[in-house]
Amino acid sequence: MTDQTTQTGAIAPQADRSRAASGGFLGLGFRDFRLLMIVVALTLLAPFLLNPFPEGSAMAQFNAGYPDLMQRFVIFGIFAIGFNILFGLTGYLSFGHAAFLGVGSYAAIWMMKLVTTNIIPGIIASIIFAALFAVVVGFISLRRSGIYFSILTLAFAQMSYALAYSVLTPITGGETGLQIKSTDRPFLDNLEPGQIGRANLFGIDMRASQILEVGGWQFTFNVGYYVCAVVMILAFYMAIRIFRSPFGMMLRAVKSNQQRMNYTGLSPKPYTLAAFVISGMYAGLAGGLMVAMDTQVGPERMFWTASGEVVLMTILGGAGTLIGPVLGAGFIKYFENIVSKINSDILHGWFAFLPDGLEDFMVAIVYPFVGKGWHLTLGLMFMAVVIFLPGGLVEGGQRIARLFRRRKAADGATKSAAE
Amino acid sequence: MDQIIVQILNGLDKGSAYALIALGLTLIFGTLGVVNFAHGALFMLGAFCAVIFNRLLSLSHKVVDESRTDFLGNPMQVDVPYVHEWFGQAAGDALINWSVPLSILFAIPVMLLVGVIMERGLIKHFYKRPHADQILVTFGLAIVLQEIIKYFFGANPIQTPAPDAFRGSLDFGVWLGFDPLTIMYPYWRLVYFFFAAIIIAGVFAFLQFTTFGMVVRAGMADRETVGLLGIDIDKRFTFMFGLAAAVAGIAGVMYAPIVAPNYHMGMDFLVLSFVVVVVGGMGSLPGAVAAGFLLGILESFASMPAVTQFLPGINQIIIYLVAIIVLLTRPRGLMGRKGVMEE
Repeated sequence: MTDQTTQTGAIAPQADRSRAASGGFLGLGFRDFRLLMIVVALTLLAPFLLNPFPEGSAMAQFNAGYPDLMQRFVIFGIFAIGFNILFGLTGYLSFGHAAFLGVGSYAAIWMMKLVTTNIIPGIIASIIFAALFAVVVGFISLRRSGIYFSILTLAFAQMSYALAYSVLTPITGGETGLQIKSTDRPFLDNLEPGQIGRANLFGIDMRASQILEVGGWQFTFNVGYYVCAVVMILAFYMAIRIFRSPFGMMLRAVKSNQQRMNYTGLSPKPYTLAAFVISGMYAGLAGGLMVAMDTQVGPERMFWTASGEVVLMTILGGAGTLIGPVLGAGFIKYFENIVSKINSDILHGWFAFLPDGLEDFMVAIVYPFVGKGWHLTLGLMFMAVVIFLPGGLVEGGQRIARLFRRRKAADGATKSAAE
Repeated sequence: MDQIIVQILNGLDKGSAYALIALGLTLIFGTLGVVNFAHGALFMLGAFCAVIFNRLLSLSHKVVDESRTDFLGNPMQVDVPYVHEWFGQAAGDALINWSVPLSILFAIPVMLLVGVIMERGLIKHFYKRPHADQILVTFGLAIVLQEIIKYFFGANPIQTPAPDAFRGSLDFGVWLGFDPLTIMYPYWRLVYFFFAAIIIAGVFAFLQFTTFGMVVRAGMADRETVGLLGIDIDKRFTFMFGLAAAVAGIAGVMYAPIVAPNYHMGMDFLVLSFVVVVVGGMGSLPGAVAAGFLLGILESFASMPAVTQFLPGINQIIIYLVAIIVLLTRPRGLMGRKGVMEE
């Protein structure tokens, strides 16, 4: 079954190019365009979709439509999309991607402290610095493959973390990190004395929100979220183009058989380095956006658990698929912020309809998996995905869809036979 | 000179822990060809074996002591551990006091069992899958094990003291002719070093001088041929996985008095142990041990004030720096074998 998907993936570029030549949609094939449109619709309508329950109702705690969390969904989505360009296409498992996120964050906050609180220069700086760092790390790490590559990237990331935490304190703020303070005077902005600069886009405050109340429902439209959403849509579009380009084919070739690639006279090195740098730039972009949203940064952003998290996201969603990493990022962030808040009182509320003894029993069973124990659920799900669904949640969805389609086809066949 | 000896001694106990974990990782990799990211979690489980054993020994019940009264004048209730009743006061106290070394006896069967279950239940299905999948599934398992421990024991470190006899420090410098109190070394760390040396020697002797070990070595070199000779190599490799788990476990047990066990101690050690294995050379047992001690000692040298003044922050990154240099100059690690993990 997986063979089928990879085959369509491999054949698709030619079909796409012919479509693009005949004036297709933004240079995408029909199916990719449809996928892009679905992502656009989902991200733009997220404030509605993530708030399905009225305020004050028992289910309101499952609402994820508040700006802070929505921003995290799309920012980590970008991070995971970038990671997937490296891991999903070339198969190189980097355990140190958070370093680029951190470098991007530090670059962005310095731009905002020194030059302007407009987020555009900060984000551009974050991409550039992450790219430069990725060139260095990638050039060295890509001399080895397999587990050695993983360890090398991990070593670089841990070194950056340790240095940011200790010696580079003048630049990174050490343990406390960096924030925008009232003493910061960005030279392009005209701030009044004592005024704290706020992240903005040509004067529009990132924290500004419009709240729409419909009946019991409350929908928050946040400027910062929409900035991130637009960036993520662009990033996703770029990722589709990379996946379908001849360059993307080369990266797949690196994954499937490097030796054969060497025999055909092609060196995989420049391709993998380019993929590494591109995915580093995505990570830097995510770091820059993070700073643009909350104007602070600390070294823990580069710790290896942060690198592990993006690995979890990508695998859980489906490595090598377009939409998988975004789903995985949303899934994990939802768990981290929503499921982790379920405590035993809420559980007692849910199972209140059961007789007392049974209620306590059910709570005792469910409790270890929610609330503070959400990591346990995550770990179990992750293992299940790696064992049974190497294609991640996306493959799970495809299998279910195929099951339905087959059943429908079978129904149709029996009908036509009856006629 | 005395400073140098102090740093070498300081590096020894950390190096012993690295060496023991790296030894287990290499055993698993060399026999089964599996990259086990859950090995740090096994180390952590071992440390918690010490905690569990200590709690088992201290299990007590309330007894009314007629000879004493509480502040209201009623007879006082006293907690009496069961071991006091069974073995008498003095022997019971000694048992509790020596709980950490004694828990080795408890940890070995437990960890062997954990290892065998892990191999038969999970790892077995991953032999044919790519290394990336093995890393990922064991990484997931490490998270799960860690969370289970956190659920039962909480997130805070649990103090597990060494026996009274080994508290305090040894004035090591006097033996070598230095002034008293210049080179102090805690007894328990010395114990840990000798313990690690014995375990490592034991594993090597087991592989070198027993028939079982010989078969395992043959299987590491050429699995197929050993299979063709009619030897059930899988069963032996499963045992080796259990053995590696037990080595990691007892390394954790003995480390409990040095660092109070907490649920994420395994991950902290795992990252470094992997660096150690890679520096030593994937699949080389002597390499893993040598690299473990080497990096442990280098780390403590780098944290000398004289060095950090000259190169600030070097103590934080020395291990990774060495790993990068070794991997780029000697791609197989210090003692790596040809053809292992080269893709």
